Amino acid sequence: MKELLRNSEHLIRVVVLLAIGVGAFLVLRQVVVPPNFGQYGHFRPAALIDIRAHSVKFAGHAVCEACHSDEAATKSKGKHAGVACEACHGPLAAHTEDPASVIPKLPDTAVLCARCHEANASKPKSFPQVVPADHSGGLPCNTCHKPHDPLGGA
Amino acid sequence: MDITRRELLTKSSYFILLTSAATTAWKHVLAGTPEASPNYDMTKHWWGMLIDPAKCIGCGNCVRACELENDVPPGFFRTWIERYHVGEDLEHPQVDSPNGGHDGFPDIYKDGGKTFFIPKLCNHCSDSPCVQVCPVGATFVSPDGVVLVDEKYCLGCRYCIQACPYGCRFLNPKKNTADKCTLCYHRITQGLTTACCEACPTQARVLADLKNPKDPIHEFLRTHSVQVLKPHMATGAKAFYKDLDGSVR
Repeated sequence: MKELLRNSEHLIRVVVLLAIGVGAFLVLRQVVVPPNFGQYGHFRPAALIDIRAHSVKFAGHAVCEACHSDEAATKSKGKHAGVACEACHGPLAAHTEDPASVIPKLPDTAVLCARCHEANASKPKSFPQVVPADHSGGLPCNTCHKPHDPLGGA
Repeated sequence: MDITRRELLTKSSYFILLTSAATTAWKHVLAGTPEASPNYDMTKHWWGMLIDPAKCIGCGNCVRACELENDVPPGFFRTWIERYHVGEDLEHPQVDSPNGGHDGFPDIYKDGGKTFFIPKLCNHCSDSPCVQVCPVGATFVSPDGVVLVDEKYCLGCRYCIQACPYGCRFLNPKKNTADKCTLCYHRITQGLTTACCEACPTQARVLADLKNPKDPIHEFLRTHSVQVLKPHMATGAKAFYKDLDGSVR
């Protein structure tokens, strides 16, 4: 027993070193790991807040219809009832926030309409398609069709 | 160097006070800012998407809307459209997706045959392989069922990009982190639909909340033929395709 205790100094040094190591690990862990890590799973819950903080660019048709009720009423009767405003007019959240200074550009019907209605063998057969050159001879679509109610006021 | 006892005590007390202040501030930094929209209860939703290929016209509105809404770099896609041309051999369809369908599709199958468009995006799997392989907990399934990437934790190791069986992930060249569809998490948590669903002119894709008993998805799933992509992978995919052709992978 005396033999063992005589050399215990080495043992104490190792134990102290280990204790310091464990202590340093615990302190470092406390500092580095976010306080609520693992609240919902193996991830940082604040990431959800970061992602939700992204800005919205498409306001959604409900916001448009609150002001542009005439257009919404026309559209709801026609073939384009299911097409949301920003599908054609583009993202306009900036306009909904500041309607006076952010003025949306009117889309060019010759380009816009063809995106959907240009004939393509892969499109569903029931979807109305035209070859623009044959159909209108290059005239802009809104010469005959009202985009909000395409078959209404022809 | 001579320093009085008073000076020593003052300086050391400053040091201690400042350190504790920094610790408190650091805790706030780590905890993040308060919730963006506090009325949203994550436990009451389970998001997915319903896709009807028979309505997709390949216009590319979804791809462009996603790019604008989420600042997706050109040449990379969080959602894209594939065109299939299938003969008798279901195992070997011809598939193309020029620029992800961003600019529409040239009419190349004039002879007809079986040809159709398939919109694709992250399937927001409930047992996602990409989440399982992330070594740092940067990719996760949120409590409302959306697979997300924590940009601050992502190392850019690309393991998740390899693991995704659907090819839905890419390395964002600007941020050097994994990037993918967030199902417009910033929109759906505010009661809006996703940018792609908002822009889709034919309702070929519809956002679905599987925990909302009033969502029409329940009636739809009960009464229609619905398939997920690669069901044999058992990923718990939540992008449901109506009447999916057997050639689609």
